[in-house]
Amino acid sequence: MGLTLIIIVVLVVLVVWSTYNSLATGKVRVKEALSGIDVQLKRRIDLVPNLVETVKGYAKHEKEVFENVTKARASLMNADSTHEKAVSDNMLSGALKSLIAVSEAYPDLKASSNFMELQEELSDIEAKIAYARQFFNTNVSSYNTTLVNFPGSVIGNMFGFKEEEFFEATEEDKKPVKVAF
Amino acid sequence: MNIYSQITANKRKTWLIIILFVIFITTILFVYGKASGYGLEYAGIGLIFSGIMAFSSYYYSDKMILGMSNAKQIQEKDNPELFRTVENLCIGAGIPMPKVYIIEDSAINAFSTGRDLKHSVVCVTTGCLDRLNKVELEGVVAHELSHIRNYDIRLMAIVVILVGLVALLADFFMRSLWYGGAKRERSDRDNAQGIFLLIGIIFALLSPLIATLIQLSVSRKREFLADASGALLTRYPEGLASALEKIEIDTEPLEVANNATAHLYIANPFKGKIMGSWFSHLFDTHPPIEERIKILRSM
Repeated sequence: MGLTLIIIVVLVVLVVWSTYNSLATGKVRVKEALSGIDVQLKRRIDLVPNLVETVKGYAKHEKEVFENVTKARASLMNADSTHEKAVSDNMLSGALKSLIAVSEAYPDLKASSNFMELQEELSDIEAKIAYARQFFNTNVSSYNTTLVNFPGSVIGNMFGFKEEEFFEATEEDKKPVKVAF
Repeated sequence: MNIYSQITANKRKTWLIIILFVIFITTILFVYGKASGYGLEYAGIGLIFSGIMAFSSYYYSDKMILGMSNAKQIQEKDNPELFRTVENLCIGAGIPMPKVYIIEDSAINAFSTGRDLKHSVVCVTTGCLDRLNKVELEGVVAHELSHIRNYDIRLMAIVVILVGLVALLADFFMRSLWYGGAKRERSDRDNAQGIFLLIGIIFALLSPLIATLIQLSVSRKREFLADASGALLTRYPEGLASALEKIEIDTEPLEVANNATAHLYIANPFKGKIMGSWFSHLFDTHPPIEERIKILRSM
């Protein structure tokens, strides 16, 4: 009887130990993936002034577009939580698309090699951001699944593990920002 | 079957095959032991030899195949499109970036190798770059990166060590019979020893073949797994499906490939082996392309 009890206790300890570690590791991976997104977001933030100046050089009067971009960029720089970052990221992507679209009306701008290079760089950064987001969401999904299943749910509760949020903007957030003149 | 169940199923099948392989080897050892009196001693020596032989090819796997295949390393400025494709997929997969190589050959093919995440290599032919579009190239690169991420090279190295072990055991056993070194058991056990001797000889003749078939089976499962993992990475299985279609209708063999390196490529570089009986397909390193395309399109 004594031996059976000891074996059961040992097994329970092992399960708690390994589940706790899974959850803790999962959380670290989520954090690491988030900083991976930040790295790419920063690269885009750094690229923006250069891009804006290049377009301004040919299309001084497109004030609304420049303002949108500047506003979105500022909002992303100030974003703290994952949700805020996701919303600002969407805003900046949208504003930059409009900025690039401006070039359609200005053939000189469109043909400028500087502009084309920056466009390519922006397009590559957007792809990197997309993959970084995907990787982050994969890690969140994996962690949340462990937390929701058994025995993760029990042990997670015991040690205060909470679900992480995905990098996403809701439908409400996707509405364009109104700029008043 | 969706992407996730494909991945789970192939991982499970791999482990099942490995466990069966280990049981197979244990049985062989048992039989040899009963037949000749030596069992574990063979296993010990065999494992050392097989390990040494396989280890150096595993450790230098990247340098060896690159040497044999005339591949040239590229940096971002040499081919920004390919470099960035690899770079971005690595961000998605969360792995460090491997070295990127190109082979000058108009056949469409690619491979990856390397003993761990930090010492990996991915290589594509100029055929890939010229004849595949962006999403198809992404599908192929994602498949290769998945091999790296799933530690397939390491897994196949372990399997190769086990196959080598089986071949050596068979060899030792047959030699021990030839030179009459078997320990004599007590006379009342002679009959049993005789039966084991017979079974042992049969094993010695067939086991290397069976082991090779097991190795090829594992190789095929890992190909399916790399297809599914790659599709999960790109979120677009049609890319790889479309690339595989182009590879299938292309009849040109890859010139730098040989028998030792064929299994590493994304598709069998020796063309013209598609027709054949169920039996001959057991010897394929890769699953049939039509089946791979079908599975990708059903995701």
